[in-house]
Amino acid sequence: MSPRELPPAAPDVRALERTWEDPPGFFGWFTHVDHKSIGKRYLVTAFGFFVLAGMLAALMRLQLSRPDNTLLGPDLYNQIFTTHGTTMMFLFAVPVMQGLGVYFVPLMIGARSIAFPRLVSYSYWMFLFGGIFLYVAFFLSAGPDVGWFSYPPLAETLYTPSKRPDVWAQLITFTEVASLAVAVSLITTVFKLRAPGMTLNRIPIFVWGQVVTSFMVIFAMPAVMLASTALILDRLVNTHFFDTQRGGDALLWQHLFWFFGHPEVYIIFIPGTGIVSTIITTFSRRPMFGYLAVVLALVSTAFMGFGLWVHHMFATGLPQLGESFFTAASMMIAIPTGIQFFCWIATIWSGRMSLKTPMLWILGFFVIFLIGGLTGVQLAAVPLNIQVHDTYFVVAHFHYVLIGGAVFPLFGAFYYWFPKITGRMLGERLGAWAFGLMFAGFNLTFFPMHVLGLHGMPRRVYTYQAALGWGTLNMTASLGALLLFVGVLLFVVDVVQSLVYGTTAADNPWEAGTLEWATTSPPPHSNFVRPPTVAGRDPVWENAPDQPVVVGLRDDVRDVLVTHVLDAEPDHRVEFPEPSVWPLFTAMATTLLFIWSIFTPWGVVYGSVPLFVAMTGWFWPKTPVEGGTQPWPIAHRTLPMPGEMPGAGGAI
Amino acid sequence: MSDTRTIDVSRLAPSAFGTRSLMWWGTMGMILIEGMAFALAIGAYFYLVTRSDGWPPGAIPPPQLRWGTLNVAILILSLMPNQLTKNAAERVDLRGVRIWMVVSLGFALAFNIVRIFEFARLNVWWNENAYGSIVWLLLGLHTAHILTDFLDSLVLAALMFTGPIEEKRFVDVSENAVYWYFVVLSWLPIYGVIYWAPRLI
Repeated sequence: MSPRELPPAAPDVRALERTWEDPPGFFGWFTHVDHKSIGKRYLVTAFGFFVLAGMLAALMRLQLSRPDNTLLGPDLYNQIFTTHGTTMMFLFAVPVMQGLGVYFVPLMIGARSIAFPRLVSYSYWMFLFGGIFLYVAFFLSAGPDVGWFSYPPLAETLYTPSKRPDVWAQLITFTEVASLAVAVSLITTVFKLRAPGMTLNRIPIFVWGQVVTSFMVIFAMPAVMLASTALILDRLVNTHFFDTQRGGDALLWQHLFWFFGHPEVYIIFIPGTGIVSTIITTFSRRPMFGYLAVVLALVSTAFMGFGLWVHHMFATGLPQLGESFFTAASMMIAIPTGIQFFCWIATIWSGRMSLKTPMLWILGFFVIFLIGGLTGVQLAAVPLNIQVHDTYFVVAHFHYVLIGGAVFPLFGAFYYWFPKITGRMLGERLGAWAFGLMFAGFNLTFFPMHVLGLHGMPRRVYTYQAALGWGTLNMTASLGALLLFVGVLLFVVDVVQSLVYGTTAADNPWEAGTLEWATTSPPPHSNFVRPPTVAGRDPVWENAPDQPVVVGLRDDVRDVLVTHVLDAEPDHRVEFPEPSVWPLFTAMATTLLFIWSIFTPWGVVYGSVPLFVAMTGWFWPKTPVEGGTQPWPIAHRTLPMPGEMPGAGGAI
Repeated sequence: MSDTRTIDVSRLAPSAFGTRSLMWWGTMGMILIEGMAFALAIGAYFYLVTRSDGWPPGAIPPPQLRWGTLNVAILILSLMPNQLTKNAAERVDLRGVRIWMVVSLGFALAFNIVRIFEFARLNVWWNENAYGSIVWLLLGLHTAHILTDFLDSLVLAALMFTGPIEEKRFVDVSENAVYWYFVVLSWLPIYGVIYWAPRLI
């Protein structure tokens, strides 16, 4: 029997579910710590920001659709493109991928929970409050207007005396705190909570992608937090980090920002490739070809991703040796991605491909990302880079890379995992239409931008003169944006319709091999009534009919099995925290501190008082002493008996 | 059906120390993040050195050695009660934990007081020039960490006196000690940069 079927001596399922259920109702909603609940919030909220950013993009396309247009003035246009870019990077792309990780990583590794669930809940509130903060500022005409990378000296008080750059800088702090918290939780989850038998070389590639990304987050995000803090200090208390007059340097900002900013691209793209590998494996009906090569490609991409940042600064007149080094590194990073491409092709080629909707998006990804990758290699060359610097060629390139590398796989992921999350199938036909429209619309919008860029149209201009001859291509791009918009709208219609009338999804509608399909759709509160063990990379395909299940976890407290890092042998058990409203209070206190500190440095001092109170409330135990109820002596810290090893055979 | 194979985990311990515990991994994650921030701030310091003729620029004297060096001594000495706290936690020895946590807190308090004098003897204000800015940033970053760690150790110590005490609190105490190692070990390079770089460059 497969792990998800219940043996006759089933645990008390109702008690177990009661233990793992978060409080229902309006007030209960604020206390949730279930990773599925938080993951869903992340996905829905990030999608909401995607729609907002899309509307801003639509406004820009309207404005640019013909020359000398006066729909938007330069001031509003500046706010719109800055808020669009900032939203897409910080409030959509990173959180939506982390949201997928929060929801699916514990399920894919057979765990009952994510590690540090309250921290994950806190991270969601920080992300949400940061986003609200940005949009409240935007609607008050205080939206950031100096570009999503907020370069000094423009971002310094001398040139932008308003609070707009501070809003940007503090939004960064909000979202980075959130994604760092998720990164630490995901790494701990994957290293310590895997199902027995899921050795390192059996971790699903999607999960590897999330781990690699989390490490990148940990090493990259501190750079932008440090930079944005220094920017706020320059603006608030007259430090001189970026002030050339007093020994500072504007290029210091660019180094710090791009030391984060380039890895950021891979922080968005690597989870995308994890999705691609997952969907291709399922719909080719065979295990991934070149598993090891793909995992190593992810890891080496992450390493190289930290050695490319200077290619964003070729126009700043750096030493030639440095430029050559970063050119070479920028071209080299195409190699691991190439390896992944060939592994995907080999998997499809040697399998039996079934062309369901999720797979359509992956095929779209192949085309779009490939084009983006090719212009990427071109941009790595200094002469061409300088020629097209700050033109629409660059805009075209990074939309091909990011929409192709992340958004198309993401929509594939929506179609692939929607049944698991909601218990309903999305529409195949509507999905195909949404794909077709988005694919055509995307290319129609962004391909002409390559040409516009080569013709010299600069980024970030709110209009252009008719005599420049850019009108036709811009109109084409704007019409493409309309198609893209209709495509997204169809997807939303599909989602709403499926939630109401959709076909009920089976537990494993795609007959996939990973563990999230070994539980019900949607999963129970405890994820797995009987936690599974694992005997292969695609456990649902490869596990023996009598694969052991884990028993002996308590059903009256949130008892979680912790396993060893390398071989995932059972190690000890941990009682996980109950739902709590304190992460919300802590996030509110943090929000107060962050916003206050834009206006006066004393905000940090006074704001830290409620923060300290909230964190103490979070930490302080609420339940009476548990000690007496534990039947296990503390000294008992032994490893499992030899017979208890997964796959070692024999019932115990 | 009755011969379902199972792995019975009911006899496994309800907590573990060190790399086996989730807390260790969480703490390491925080240490990596903050270590990265320190490393980048030090990188920014030396970047600014290359932008300046002379370091410290102008006629600014380097920070006074006395207080910073005293704090190095205090922190190195604090490693002893810190390790004894950790040992006591891993023996699940509540009395030992209480004693050594209080002693460690004493060291942390002394450090924070001396830190005030350090700021006063940097011989530069943050708003004078980029040198002043980066020196204040480095010292401020480290102070933020040591102050935070002092406060959360205070809460944890209070909890070890008032209860309720669960077994996993001993893991928390042990990991808290690991974090103190980080705060101490990160101070050494930052001390070197703030106090010695201006003298040696």
